[in-house]
Amino acid sequence: MSQVLFFIAAIGALVAAGAVVLLRNAFYSVLALVAHLVCLAVLFMLLRAEFVAAAQVVIYAGAVMVLYVFVVAYIGGSEEVTAGSGMLRIIGPLFALALAVELLIALLGSGLAGISGKGAVYHTGFGTPAHIGKLFLVNYLFPFEVASLLLLVAAVGAVVLARRHHGALDLSPELEALATEPRPEFTGTTAEGVGVRRVYRQLEAASERVTRISESGGVLEPDDAGESTGATVPAAAGVSAGAVTSPSQDAAAGTHDAEGER
Amino acid sequence: MSTTTWAWLVLLLPLLGSAVIALGFKIYPRAAGAIGTGAIMLSFVCAVITLISLLGHPGDHRELTSTLWNYAVSDGVDAKLQILVDPVSVFMALVVTGVSSTIHLYSISYMRSDRGYARFFAYMNFFVLSMLTLVLGGNFIILIIGWGFVGAASYLLISFWYRRTTATRAGVKAFVINTVGDVGMILGTILILRQTHTVGFLATFQVLPHVFSHNSPDLVAACILLLIGAFAKSAQMPLHTWLADAMEGPTPVSALIHAATMVTAGVYLIVRLHPLFELAPAAAWVGIVVGCATLLIAGTIALAVTDIKRIIAYSTMSQIGYMIMGASAGAYSAALFHLMAHAFFKALLFMAAGSIIGAMAGEQSLDKMHGFRRALPFTFACFVIGGLALSGIVPFSGWFSKDQILGYMLNRGGAYAVFAVLGYIGALLTGMYTFRLIFRAFTGKPCEEAVELEHGQIAHAEVPTNPGTGEVEDNEIGFPGPEHVIAEREWTMKLSMGLLAFAAIVAGFLQVPGVDHEVSGFLNTSFAGSPRIATGTEPSVGSEWVGLIIGTVVGLIGIATVYVIYVRRRGISVVLQRRLSAVHGLLVNKWYFDELISALVVQPALALGRLVDVVLERGAVQGAITGGATDAVRAGSAAVRRAQTGLLRNYAGLFVLGVVCVGLYFLISAA
Amino acid sequence: MSIGWYLAVSAIIFGIGTAGVLTRRNPLIILMCLELMLNAGNLALVAFSRMYGNEAGQIFALIVIVVAACEVTVGLGLLVAISRRKLPIDVDKLRELNG
Repeated sequence: MSQVLFFIAAIGALVAAGAVVLLRNAFYSVLALVAHLVCLAVLFMLLRAEFVAAAQVVIYAGAVMVLYVFVVAYIGGSEEVTAGSGMLRIIGPLFALALAVELLIALLGSGLAGISGKGAVYHTGFGTPAHIGKLFLVNYLFPFEVASLLLLVAAVGAVVLARRHHGALDLSPELEALATEPRPEFTGTTAEGVGVRRVYRQLEAASERVTRISESGGVLEPDDAGESTGATVPAAAGVSAGAVTSPSQDAAAGTHDAEGER
Repeated sequence: MSTTTWAWLVLLLPLLGSAVIALGFKIYPRAAGAIGTGAIMLSFVCAVITLISLLGHPGDHRELTSTLWNYAVSDGVDAKLQILVDPVSVFMALVVTGVSSTIHLYSISYMRSDRGYARFFAYMNFFVLSMLTLVLGGNFIILIIGWGFVGAASYLLISFWYRRTTATRAGVKAFVINTVGDVGMILGTILILRQTHTVGFLATFQVLPHVFSHNSPDLVAACILLLIGAFAKSAQMPLHTWLADAMEGPTPVSALIHAATMVTAGVYLIVRLHPLFELAPAAAWVGIVVGCATLLIAGTIALAVTDIKRIIAYSTMSQIGYMIMGASAGAYSAALFHLMAHAFFKALLFMAAGSIIGAMAGEQSLDKMHGFRRALPFTFACFVIGGLALSGIVPFSGWFSKDQILGYMLNRGGAYAVFAVLGYIGALLTGMYTFRLIFRAFTGKPCEEAVELEHGQIAHAEVPTNPGTGEVEDNEIGFPGPEHVIAEREWTMKLSMGLLAFAAIVAGFLQVPGVDHEVSGFLNTSFAGSPRIATGTEPSVGSEWVGLIIGTVVGLIGIATVYVIYVRRRGISVVLQRRLSAVHGLLVNKWYFDELISALVVQPALALGRLVDVVLERGAVQGAITGGATDAVRAGSAAVRRAQTGLLRNYAGLFVLGVVCVGLYFLISAA
Repeated sequence: MSIGWYLAVSAIIFGIGTAGVLTRRNPLIILMCLELMLNAGNLALVAFSRMYGNEAGQIFALIVIVVAACEVTVGLGLLVAISRRKLPIDVDKLRELNG
């Protein structure tokens, strides 16, 4: 019986994993992942890890996947034209195959005593919440506390990253200029030192632009000779015509509407 | 105080003078002349005292050495700071210090307005020091040290007016040719040292017969190499091209270095090392042939060139040829006697030339100067005295000395006599070119500068020009000095020229054949061991007088010819020039030696340098070795940099690849 | 079922996850493939825990779940911020860290 269940769950897990990788629609991939997680939970159950299985379903499939669903809904899966550069399409799966084969050889060909066996003697209560709880609070208290700290940090970090104002990538114009504009010549940039042509082109493009006028009166002075940024900070009167063309995004120059986000 | 102590003083005084002037030129700039001249005069006094003290020793004990300290004394070499005081070196020291003191005295007024006044005297004292080192040296090491220093001093003084490109180029040329000679000197010394295992002169002469056989190839090679050094220093063919260019230096420099002292170093070398040359007559023949060739060729060139200083320079070359020929043939004391007489009258001629150049406001070309007899009487007299001495007319010193050499060679007979005859032809040429100079410059219609001078005013050049090339130069640097001086007005110049003129007249009487032999008697003790002297090959008194009379006659014929050409029937010279224009061209271009050396040596060297620069330096070293290494590194880093694509998936792929490889390694090592 | 079967499944899932990370361009999908890999690791951990009868493996698996949750949180927060700035959601286009 358990064998049948094993095969069903294993095949389900494998198929769902394949679906995650292969499906084009992001939402379908999320759903496939959920299915995969549930199959894995079944496998955990077969391995007498009841608490882990429950935790998997509740936390992983329940909370984390829900988060995924929300984000997919917010972002929207972009239509991928191709699966990437030609080389990587073939080489990627090849590397993965090599990795999997190696792991199989390692695990199965290693001659570990217990692999061919059926496992240790089963003690009652193996894998029950009581046992796991006791272990957490007695033997593995430190990892427990650290994990909770990690959760706290992650939660705070996520909030900070994703908030509207002053979140991640929401740079004030000065910081943004600093981050996106190429550094002036002869300041010791590595790119210049190694002669990256793209950087030279950017420097030339940047040198042809209008000197920047700072709204707050000179926080960012005009850059060095040959390196001037052009952006007009939208004046208080609401002139929205300041478009900073960031030179650092090559083909897909994202013109961010400085007005739209404030 | 012993003799050698006085000899050390002779060396020390110019050193002190040079050091004091060089280090204190800011403290007493105008005293440099007095300090320099005083140092050399004191040195002369010390040399005289050394002579007197040396005469106090018995005849065959007159070779004294003195060592200050050892440089490197070990099994195969004994290098010491050692001087050898014997009649030859004392004689040379007297000549050097005596003539130098008169020239220093002359320079006090000649270089008066020059901004490099102190520098000049420092250099001149340094030169005298080096020359004294050379002649007083007791071993090969000190000789070579002096040799090198003299070359350096010559370079410093030739390019004294270093803002003139012609001057600096001339200085470099002189130095390079002298270096060729230095190489010869050192190689020759090494060849000798290898066998004799000693560098001291006396020790070498003692060991010599035991180590080398007659005309052994080693010794001949060594002597020829030493002769190359002598030729370079004494401006003999083919290493003579530097002497004419060396006239770029101030006139006192030409007088001292390139007439009286430095160029005689080659003669001194042969005389000092006479045992070597007697044991290797083949090398001695080289000296005779080269000396003879030089005296003839230089004499012919002097007939054609028009720069007054260069005429006197070629005359020097020719006279040194006599000395080298004589010294190589074995007439040692005669050669040294001629050296002394030559020093007197050649320095006198140069000083007088300086005076007339001053009257011409720096112009040196003979074409532009004529008729100075009434304007410059004293200078004219000096020129005539020097010219008569040079041409070997009775009773001037040159007559006794030069014809003594030729008489000696006639007496030796055989091939030597042939060269002696060539020497008489050279004497004819000597008379001709000397008096060509004198007649052209002093007779005839006075030129403008002469007329100005007769009215009491020295001519003044409108624009300062380079006398050699005629190009305008900027005088604001301060040298050459703007003031021109003539002998008639400066007491120092008059005094020094007068002293030398007196010496040129009376010095001959030291060695009248049959009457007295002060010089040879004094010097011959140095040559006591020489088979030449021992077998009594000295010419008899009668044959000497015959030679002297022939010499006078030849000289007078030369003077008479030139008198006719330049004074009696003017215009013949122009006709002759046109008729023999090919010959004239050859002579004026100095027998094309400069072009020959340029084509044979200079251009190939330059081409080789360019080749090495392009191929080795730029191609191999910069391109392949340094450039290659950097390019390899740069290419390698560029290749590695291509992995930094910024693509997340590329990085992940590399990561997985790494894990795969590590896993593979573990799998294999566990299997 | 002997433990080897579970380990084989774990290895295969790990490989599939790697393939996904290397081939997909949408960062969301890449994160999900990372989850796959983590889960494969979990499976192996639990299998070994059953093999040795030691519950430390399960503890480990639980901590892994916690870490995965945190990582997803932060990653998705970043993705939201990126999409807010109207930058393309495509790992091939977000490539400023290059040289």
